[in-house]
This record gives sequence, C-alpha cells and structure tokens, in this order.
Amino acid sequence: MSLVGAFAASHAPGITGRPSLPPASESEPIFSAYDKLRGRLEAARPEVLVVVSPEHWANFFLDNMPSFCVGIADEFSGPTDEKFVNIPRQSVRGYARLARALAEGIAEDVDLSTSQEMAFDHGVVLPLHLLRIELPVIPIIVNCLAGMPAPLHRCYALGVALRRTVDRWPERVALLGTGGLSHWPAMPESGQIGIDFDRRFLDAFLNGRIESFLRYPQDKLEAEAGPGGHEIRTWITVAGAANRARGLLLAYQPVPAWSTGCAVAALEIERDG
Amino acid sequence: MSLYEVQKLLFHVNRDPKMFDRFLGERETLIAEYRLTEEEQRALLETDFRCLYEMGVHSLLLGPLAATLGMSFPDYLAILRGNQP
Repeated sequence: MSLVGAFAASHAPGITGRPSLPPASESEPIFSAYDKLRGRLEAARPEVLVVVSPEHWANFFLDNMPSFCVGIADEFSGPTDEKFVNIPRQSVRGYARLARALAEGIAEDVDLSTSQEMAFDHGVVLPLHLLRIELPVIPIIVNCLAGMPAPLHRCYALGVALRRTVDRWPERVALLGTGGLSHWPAMPESGQIGIDFDRRFLDAFLNGRIESFLRYPQDKLEAEAGPGGHEIRTWITVAGAANRARGLLLAYQPVPAWSTGCAVAALEIERDG
Repeated sequence: MSLYEVQKLLFHVNRDPKMFDRFLGERETLIAEYRLTEEEQRALLETDFRCLYEMGVHSLLLGPLAATLGMSFPDYLAILRGNQP
C-alpha cells in the first residue's frame, strides 16, 4: 500500500501561542486550512504519520547537530517549549518497529542518524494538536537551524528514499512536513515576511517544479525568507516523497503577528488504493 | 568559544525543567558552572535579552525562554528592539 498522503504546513508557535493577536481575517484562513488538512488526512486512512520537522534546540546542540535524525521509540514527550506555544507537555505515541525499518530503508541512499530518546517541540506537537489526531508518529528531525544543515537537494533525496522505503510496506503511511515559509523568528525583524519568496516557492512546490529551488543559494534564501526560510527543507522532503506531484494550496497567509508567511498544502500523490 | 557556552547554558535551561528550576532558584551557582565572560555572566544574571541577542545568541534560545519566564511575545520583541515595554 504505502504512501497515502503528502502534506506540508507551517507550525508558527503563534498559531497556538498567540491565537488572537492577529486579526481574524489573517488567522481564520490558517485555522480553516488545518481543518481541511485534517479532513484530507482522515480520508487517506493512514495507520502511521511520518512528521518531518526542523530542529529548534529541543534535541541537538552545536556539539553534535545531525542533518537528519529518525526518532525510534514507542513514546515521545513534548512540547519542550510548552509556554512558547501554549500546549501542555504530553506523551505522543511512536512506532519503534516501523521507525527502525524506515531509517534502515532511507540509509540505503541517504546518510542519517537515529535517536531512541527524542523530545518534540512545537514543530511536531503544534500540527498534531491542531489536527487532533492520535496516529502513531515517526519523527524525522531535519537540521534547518545551525551548524551545517544539509543542502536542499539532499532533503529532496531524503524524500525520494523515504518514498521508496514506505512503498514496500503493507502499512498505509501519511507524510507531513512542517515549518516555513518565510520568517524571522523571535528576532527584532519579526513580523517581516518574504511574500514574494513564499509565492514563488509555493508555485514551484504545487506544480511539480521544486527542482528550481534545490540549488537555491543559502545567502539568498536567508535574505529573502529569513533564517526561518531554511525550514523549506521539510517541504522539499515532502516534494521528493511525492515525486513531483501537483498539489492544492489550502491557505497562504502572511501573518505578521505570528512572524510567519503561513501556508498549508496537500500534494496529489499517485497511489493504488 | 564563550558564546558557545552561553548558548549551551540556555539550551540546557530550555530543554530540561530541572535546569530551568536551577536557573530560577540558584542562578549564580548554575552560571559559575559554565566558562563565561563577566559580561556574559551579567547578561544571564539579569536576563538581558537584548544584550544576549546582540552578542549572537540564537533567537530560538531566547524567545522560548522569555515565554517560560512569563513574558509576552510583544514585550520580548520590544526589549530586543531596544524599546522597553
């Protein structure tokens, strides 16, 4: 059976941390899009959800910062930044057996690390909270933060390897990339949004043309989309897994009070049932 | 190397509730366990977010800490921008 859904969504901490700070005309499209995403996720009837999320200092520091890390455990805890996102710390069900199989399959093509004790921050927990889903989760943490983040084209390769792996499985797997788009997080520049960058990226993401972003210069990315723009890595991983499928934009809304160009999208992957 | 130590302390305080309790209850002792300059020690003792940001501490080590300390996000941004709320 294999991959049954491929989605991507912003995880701006303000969505739950400061829900009423932006005008409703800006916040409602995002809440509504998350509701639509939940409907699509339920319709796909997955048995497990792979969440590709950036690292935000919940697990790794500059002494050892992996590019990609798969969490192999039957239980996780988070968010570590509960006051930042106003979501109480909770237990989240994992799926150790499948997580190990996923890591082994991906590692045939893409180097990665694994963790048997991973903490979740808002990058994983905020979308789960908004989607109100109870599926077991396999986390893949991607360094979009510091040290030496993987080149964007390697994040695409990660997605390709993920798809090749889960397509061999009987289990129904859904994939959710979280983060982005442009943002200058918790900085003096917070509230600035790279609308032009966001629209160009979404156009490529939704129309099977992500190749145009796979060699995007890092300094240009940061100038146009802020330090948070590096989180497009998780979207690019989803695009790699979806094999350049076209998609549907459920919302794009610049929300300065949440410091983020917020987007929610679903890709129309080809599947057999 | 010293900025590295400041960030390491904040990383520990943010992700480990026991370390956060020490940051609240015995901050001077905690700070003495890291190799910090006098200015870094002062900024941490006074939770001087603007100074910490300007010395190069990553913003996602500061914003969540401000929230955990009960500071609103707009107040945090105002401090970073040099406008006391």
